[in-house]
Amino acid sequence: MLSPRSLLVRGMLVGLAAGVLAFAFAYLVGEGPIDAAIAFEEAHSEAGEPALVSRTIQSTVGLLTATLIYGVALGGIFSMAFAAAYGRIGRLGPRATAALVALAGFVVVALVPFLKYPANPPATGSEDTIGRRTSLYFLMLVIALASLALAVYVGRSQVARFGVWNATIIAAGVFVAVIAVAQVLLPSIEEIPDGFSPILLWNFRLASLGTQVVVWTALGLGLGAVVERSLRREAVLSTQ
Amino acid sequence: MSSISSSATPRPAVQPVAIPWRELQPWLLFGAVLAIALLYFVGTEQGVFHLIGGSGVHEFVHDGRHLLGFPCH
Repeated sequence: MLSPRSLLVRGMLVGLAAGVLAFAFAYLVGEGPIDAAIAFEEAHSEAGEPALVSRTIQSTVGLLTATLIYGVALGGIFSMAFAAAYGRIGRLGPRATAALVALAGFVVVALVPFLKYPANPPATGSEDTIGRRTSLYFLMLVIALASLALAVYVGRSQVARFGVWNATIIAAGVFVAVIAVAQVLLPSIEEIPDGFSPILLWNFRLASLGTQVVVWTALGLGLGAVVERSLRREAVLSTQ
Repeated sequence: MSSISSSATPRPAVQPVAIPWRELQPWLLFGAVLAIALLYFVGTEQGVFHLIGGSGVHEFVHDGRHLLGFPCH
């Protein structure tokens, strides 16, 4: 049987690998738009601030540090979500369970908050509204997590009556409905300055979403493969 | 075991066994607290709140913060 401790350790190691892949993607795809946005910022501000950390450090070691810590943290929490889900989603094995939990994680943690409060490049957010923007972003995240919990609860309660397939559709419908209402009611943030290239904004946001896809894909496929392998080894040992 | 199963690639049809909630709870809590602490430093330290003075942490993880989708300056 799986132990929570070994799952947490493996999740964090898989997260480390996911962080490396995320860095590679973010560096190759995301740094171009960031540099272009900073160039816009410098062209439109009167006095340049003294650079505390050089751009070279920010775009290499700094970015790598951020993606590694992010990967380890998400990997840890993801493995715990996997530990809770494994054996509780029909007869799904470790790989399918990990893939499904990662898909849910991507939608709830990355995609849904992104749809309302998408990632913004440098030069597009006001210093004065950082508190409000941060609160709204995390509020959206909490609403997404709560909606997932509600959807899972509703779905499971309807399985006996409607069957697994239809209960899953009902659960998804509940999730989409709650998110839709929340996104309509929550205030929008529109601080993109005049003259900022829409193509640059699009490219940056695509790079940001792509980084999330890389992270969650690596987590889902990685943890599934690792757990599958150890369970098989265990099963082979026990039959010998 | 029969010769068929021992010679073929081992593919045991394991019925997945869930980890009991009682055993899982402390680890869920630990994992969540650990993750939130780490994410805080990558995502929002020296944004709205400051545990460490200055803006060194913010500037160091600056690009990651933007690309990972956290609200930033």
